Amino acid sequence: MSPHIIEFITVGFGLLLLMFEAFSKGNKSRIGLLAAAGLAVILGMLLCPAPCCYEVPAWMERFYDDNAVARFYKIIAVLSTILVLLMAVDFRKVLAKFSASDDSGSGTGEFYCLPVFACAGLMWMASATDLVSIFVALELVTITFYVMVAFMRRNVGSLEAGVKYLILGALSTGFLVYGIAWIYGALGTTDISLFSNLLEEGTFNRSYLLFGIALMLIALGFKVGAVPMQLWIPDVYQGAPTPITAYLSVASKAAGFLVLMTIIKPFLDSEATRHAVMCTLLIMAGATLLYGNLAAISQNNFKRLLAYSSIAHAGFLLIGVATGDFTSVSFYLATYLLMTFAAFFVLALVRSEEESDEIDAFDGLGKRNPVLAFALTISMAALAGIPLTAGFWGKFFIFKAAIAAEVSWVLIVIAFISVAAGFYYYLKVVKAMYWNAPRQEKAIAVPIITKVVLLVLTAAILILGIYPQPVLDLLGK
Amino acid sequence: MLLALILIPLLAALAILGGTPARLTAIIASLANILVATVALSCPACANGFSLQVLADPQIHLSLGLSGISAVMLILSVIVTLTAVYSGKCPEGREKLWFSSTLFIAAGAIGAFLSTDVFFFYAFHELALIPTFLMIGILGRGDRKEAAWKITIYLAFGSIVLLAGLLLATNHLGSFAFEDLAAIPAEDQNTVALLLIIGFGTLVSLFPLHSWAAPAYASAPTPVAMLHAGVMKKFGLYGLLVIGMKVAPQGMLHWLPWICVLLLGNIIWVGLVTINQKRLDLMLGNSSVMHMGYIFLAIAALAANPDNSIALPAAVLLMFAHGISIALLFSLTSVVENKTGTLEISQLGGLAKTAPALAFLFGLAGMASIGLPGLANFAGEVMVFFAGFADWSPSDGLGWVQITTIIALWGVVISAVYMLRAYRNSFQGPLVKSTENASDIHYCEKIPAYVLAVTLLVVGIYPQIILQFL
Repeated sequence: MSPHIIEFITVGFGLLLLMFEAFSKGNKSRIGLLAAAGLAVILGMLLCPAPCCYEVPAWMERFYDDNAVARFYKIIAVLSTILVLLMAVDFRKVLAKFSASDDSGSGTGEFYCLPVFACAGLMWMASATDLVSIFVALELVTITFYVMVAFMRRNVGSLEAGVKYLILGALSTGFLVYGIAWIYGALGTTDISLFSNLLEEGTFNRSYLLFGIALMLIALGFKVGAVPMQLWIPDVYQGAPTPITAYLSVASKAAGFLVLMTIIKPFLDSEATRHAVMCTLLIMAGATLLYGNLAAISQNNFKRLLAYSSIAHAGFLLIGVATGDFTSVSFYLATYLLMTFAAFFVLALVRSEEESDEIDAFDGLGKRNPVLAFALTISMAALAGIPLTAGFWGKFFIFKAAIAAEVSWVLIVIAFISVAAGFYYYLKVVKAMYWNAPRQEKAIAVPIITKVVLLVLTAAILILGIYPQPVLDLLGK
Repeated sequence: MLLALILIPLLAALAILGGTPARLTAIIASLANILVATVALSCPACANGFSLQVLADPQIHLSLGLSGISAVMLILSVIVTLTAVYSGKCPEGREKLWFSSTLFIAAGAIGAFLSTDVFFFYAFHELALIPTFLMIGILGRGDRKEAAWKITIYLAFGSIVLLAGLLLATNHLGSFAFEDLAAIPAEDQNTVALLLIIGFGTLVSLFPLHSWAAPAYASAPTPVAMLHAGVMKKFGLYGLLVIGMKVAPQGMLHWLPWICVLLLGNIIWVGLVTINQKRLDLMLGNSSVMHMGYIFLAIAALAANPDNSIALPAAVLLMFAHGISIALLFSLTSVVENKTGTLEISQLGGLAKTAPALAFLFGLAGMASIGLPGLANFAGEVMVFFAGFADWSPSDGLGWVQITTIIALWGVVISAVYMLRAYRNSFQGPLVKSTENASDIHYCEKIPAYVLAVTLLVVGIYPQIILQFL
């Protein structure tokens, strides 16, 4: 059995789910649980590979590579999808309200099937080693996301987000293909593993190549939310259904960064292109950090604040990419998954109960449900980068990489300002929960799925905060 | 065993959040900590170090150990924790937050001082950040929200600058363990020293990064003020002594003129600000900022001459003495506020008539803060001034440290002015409306006060009891 079977199994599972959904009656959210269960089996297959053959067949070798890093990102993808499905199950009330004309939830069945397809695409992106297969996988993910973002069709925000994402996403896809074309023109192949040899030979037109790389950086910058391609993020994140926002924020970003690292690695290693690429990435990182953090300070809507904060985190990750320390980026993304999903689970619950994403909706949460408030406090502390939480280790590794690579002190100062700003806007939510009086005294009941997930995520954040080695072991370091 | 010193307050805090009787749990935990600390200090063989590797590359261990300076800081932490738990008046129904936060901050402080790994030394200090933010913001008084934001953002900024300095240093050393700390290549020492001075300096409220401290201590609930002013502040000084001096000695020497000027800013400028204060709590907050200048003077003396044998003991003794005296002062201030309902010096007067025991204790603490011989602060301060002139002969001429020491001596006059004036206006003179019905200090509130006062007296008469650990 070849490793690439796993993506085919995932797609097949998704198709089966769709058929099952078409003929099932009754509570559609059961499909979500079924999908999550199926993906859990796939996660198990990823974590404990069967001893039988794990060789990629020769005809697939050019397009697909199975190594520890690829498997790490597949685990991130599958884990994110499972968490998204679980969040969607608890979010069904809001979904039903905005999908069909009655509250029966009749149109929401596909919502639980689509993430499975996106997951397959994300997993393939993790293993792709050819520009063409990257593009195909990327498109699978992006097109699925277009549908998921606009899913709540009776909600104007969701539709607007969908249209914005579609138009800007299509534009970035155009840049991507154009960039692939120029790189193909300069180097003569789309197989990334051949790039380093070709770059050493030096028989290519440097301007063509740099132009192609620039176009690719634009396209991938859109995907990860780097300045100046970040304008879509606040509106799309705010309008999309909350589980999909979480999905975009974590899985799509992780896959985007992996693709960026895969494509950029040979160019960072080769002397001909290293300086140009590194400088561009560092400038993008600095601008992204400034934009994300400074814009987040004035936000009053928690969902929009999380959107801007995700731009800020992309800035930190770009520093890691620019310095070539890809392990730090992968580690950061793993901890980012835990912290972000914890925050989004609480947000989804509050949104369901209070019908509002504003920070005021969190007022007095410390009194209404202390456990929920504690989970969100830990999540915010981790996102801010307070030591003894997993989030600090991510920033620690990135800072370490930046200092080892001797980046300009301007960037270090920008990073300082970012962390300080981050403390303000993340603690703003903590302040609302504990300092402000609740708008209504009724306690918030937490559904069992959300409760269990929050417990696991919070415990993971705290344990990894003291003992981060297991994540690095997964990466094979 | 050293791990127990951190786990006891940590688990107790979690237990309080889980629902055990808050005050009782906190008292038991702090008493248990004192017991374990006594055992650990009296029997060095039993106090085995602890090491758990948490990261392979770079090598980072959660390792704990008891060295000379950290032993003194440990004594300071456990004593102040015990007294902090007894001090202050917890608002009705908020015991959980009050006592669990106090224990979290204590756990962070003890963890920071016991760590022998640069990473966890830094990380444990941050454990106190969120509990402080919540305590000041929710249960503080006065301008509490602004004070809470100020302290949190300032400390966050200081910490991140500190992190950059520590990373730069460990990048050269290749290891995070304290035992591997050595001087790094000379060309990077200036940058590392600058980052460490700014980072640690912010945490210690070095002028001009000091404006967060006084409002924060004034607005904070009493246990938080005691722990922060008494214990957490010493973290930055401990870091400069243990890490800064070892890693970048030439760098510290390079920045010596700046350190001298800034520490004079602490002593003279902030001292004059303190004289101007009209409220007891703000006066104490500013005075604690001022006294940091003396300890910085010892560090400057050490930086100028690493062979200075008086500077290090001076710094450590003064850190200990100041921690105890400021904790005592804050504890008594909260008693004053409970009895009279106000801390405005103009609205107080004649408190000694209705609360003689309180007046005596406050007078003792005030005298200690000024530096009266016989109390611990004098021993520390006089050693600091001697350290400024250690190994000096008139033929050397007056260097930066010497001139700074001469000017710093005026700090004693300044502190005498504000403390004696505040004492006279609050405790002596005729009775006023707010004080005529005040009752004397209650038996329960006497316990922390007597513990701290006795410590000040014992260390003042026999400083060797603390210096023996160095």
